Amino acid sequence: MNAMTQTSSRFQQGLTRLLQSRVADILSYPHGVDRYLEVFNPLWSVNEVRAKVEDVRYLTNDSVTLTLRPNHNWEGFIPGQFVQLSVTIDGKRQTRCYSPANSLHRADGCIELTAKVHANGFVSRHLREQLSVGDVVLLSQADGEFALPAQRPEQVLLISGGSGITPVMSMLRTLCDEGFSGPITFLHYANSAADMIYASELEEIARAHDNVTLVRCFNNEGEQGELSGLFSREHLYIAAPEFAQATTFLCGPPPMMAAVEKVWEEDGLAERLHKEQFTLAAPQIESDSAEGEVRFVQSEKMAINNGATLLEQAESAGLTPESGCRMGICHACTCRKTAGEVRDIRTGEITSGEEDIQICISVPVGTVTLDI
Amino acid sequence: MSIFSNLTAEQFETIGQELDAIRNREMADLGEEDATYIRTLIKRQRRLEIAGRGLLMAGFLPPAWLAGVACLSASKILDNMEIGHNVMHGQYDWMGDPAINSKVFDWDNTCTNTAWKQTHNFEHHTFTNVLDKDHDIGYGILRMSEDQEWEPRFIFNPILAGILATFFQHFVAVQSLKLEDYLIYKTKTKEEVKAEFKPTWKKMRKQLVKDYLLFPALAGPFAPFVFAGNMAANVARNLWSSQVIYNGHFPEEVEQFPESVIENETRGQWYVRQLLGSANFEGGRLMHVMSGNLSFQIEHHLFPDLPAHRYARIAPEVRAICEKHGLPYNTGSFVKQSLSVWKRIFKLSLPNKSKDDSGKGPLNGLRAKVVSLTREPQSETRKAA
Repeated sequence: MNAMTQTSSRFQQGLTRLLQSRVADILSYPHGVDRYLEVFNPLWSVNEVRAKVEDVRYLTNDSVTLTLRPNHNWEGFIPGQFVQLSVTIDGKRQTRCYSPANSLHRADGCIELTAKVHANGFVSRHLREQLSVGDVVLLSQADGEFALPAQRPEQVLLISGGSGITPVMSMLRTLCDEGFSGPITFLHYANSAADMIYASELEEIARAHDNVTLVRCFNNEGEQGELSGLFSREHLYIAAPEFAQATTFLCGPPPMMAAVEKVWEEDGLAERLHKEQFTLAAPQIESDSAEGEVRFVQSEKMAINNGATLLEQAESAGLTPESGCRMGICHACTCRKTAGEVRDIRTGEITSGEEDIQICISVPVGTVTLDI
Repeated sequence: MSIFSNLTAEQFETIGQELDAIRNREMADLGEEDATYIRTLIKRQRRLEIAGRGLLMAGFLPPAWLAGVACLSASKILDNMEIGHNVMHGQYDWMGDPAINSKVFDWDNTCTNTAWKQTHNFEHHTFTNVLDKDHDIGYGILRMSEDQEWEPRFIFNPILAGILATFFQHFVAVQSLKLEDYLIYKTKTKEEVKAEFKPTWKKMRKQLVKDYLLFPALAGPFAPFVFAGNMAANVARNLWSSQVIYNGHFPEEVEQFPESVIENETRGQWYVRQLLGSANFEGGRLMHVMSGNLSFQIEHHLFPDLPAHRYARIAPEVRAICEKHGLPYNTGSFVKQSLSVWKRIFKLSLPNKSKDDSGKGPLNGLRAKVVSLTREPQSETRKAA
């Protein structure tokens, strides 16, 4: 059996090397080997990560949990990191970022993504309503600084809100699988118990592991959680009195993250706090104060600056610039700004002059010229 | 006399608005249907290519060789016409799929994506049938217009048109070099040509190595069969695509325009120039697909970035607009249009019959009218009408 697996993996390595060779490149010129492989099987590719949907589950009324089996180009991930998932909706490729929630030690090679479905969440609704077992989706390799360190911390505090639960869920599952014995506190914020993704699994984990403390905090009145309301310092004293000693991982909606960050900053602990912004705070569209115009040189179009991001303004002007995550992560939308000032909506930083910018997170400050 | 000079400014404006309405409606409707269409077609083309190359490996058997050439020719034609040409026009850019995007797509042809977009998408589609601006009028080799001054070399017009058709992909590949400027008019230096040829040669070399070295080598002792099969497929594609393209702009009634026409040209006038400068040909679905829907050359020139499979659907509307405004809608069978093209090629190999005859060319009468049209739009043209 072992010999057979070895032979087959050696065969696969040989085949991959052959398909990546210069000869294969010229034989398949100019389209490339992938364009021919996909004729036989949509999962076959020499460098793209594509994944087959193995399972679709609905853990809550407004979420969808996908089990994906990536092809052999997948290089794995570190708990906490995210991937870009691309699906085609009405003919158009749409890309969003999701953090795998599964344990690093999951045996079957699959990854698990959970998306919360917002009322007008275009992609998440598609994932919940249209995607089915057997479909093939496109993935990126895992990326992101928010990740469980290889040298596991001694004490871990995981704080999450809403669908921000996924990266810290991966951390928790991984640590438990590794037999991690240090104290772990899992502090999660949700509107109600019914909205909480992974609720029953978390209860089970907490029951089975003495070192895991689960603290649920629900915002709606009358919900049965250990705590209620929005994050506060008091919550922290109750849930994790030793938070100063722990390494903390935080992922949730922007206002909650800001409240947590404030406490860590006040206590001079900022460097012990690892954080991941999973949704971008909607830019304050100041259409009244927006000035100037946006000039798209190559397409010879122009728009009056309305205060939205340059990507949105380009799209409403009828352009179809390349874009991906729409939150400043994937750099698919990067393009040349030849003149003008822009504000980064994540940091508020203003930059000017000729430079490459990510238009999905850039808002023009006055007249801006883009080379698209 | 050209109808172009008989239209009023309002008529141009109305025609522009009517065509824009079709465009906006179709563009707003883009979606799943278009994506599925192009994806399915690409899949079919790749299958044909794999089958063709496979069959040619057994090319020592005559039926396999013939079938292989047929599959590979069809594959190359689909790749260049309905897929490559249309994808590089940006018809499917909205899909956001890098494999089907005009920025990156490359085709099974020796012409580079960059050179093609310059000479075809920009020069040919913007300056369609404008003499001295649209290099597709004769490709610098042929005399395709009465208003192109006759030179002794044009005696060879028909022979050169045949050579151009046979090696069409290579001529298109070097089209951006404007070789006649170096060889005949001496307005370009050898160094300039060399520098410009570099990227083209890089692509040409890969295409040639693939078709004439690597694939034959894979067949071992049967290499000559593969070599000959690949050459036959390339020539078949060249002959077919060149004839399709000739038929789009060179049938006898298709108009050509003087450079003055593009000064201050309005959108409506641009549309009408595209209408008058293009010709369709008729046929079944297969004919349309194999010609990359350039059988709807008129619709293609009006809306070059609209997915081409939609042209058949909007053609009746475009034709109705033409009829309403008294504009010709040039169409006919493939054979009729081809004969018309070749008649023109032969006719123009000789000088115009007399000096006055050049006045009969569509341009001379038009020149003065168009100038007056752009300067004093309404009163002048009304008088002319």
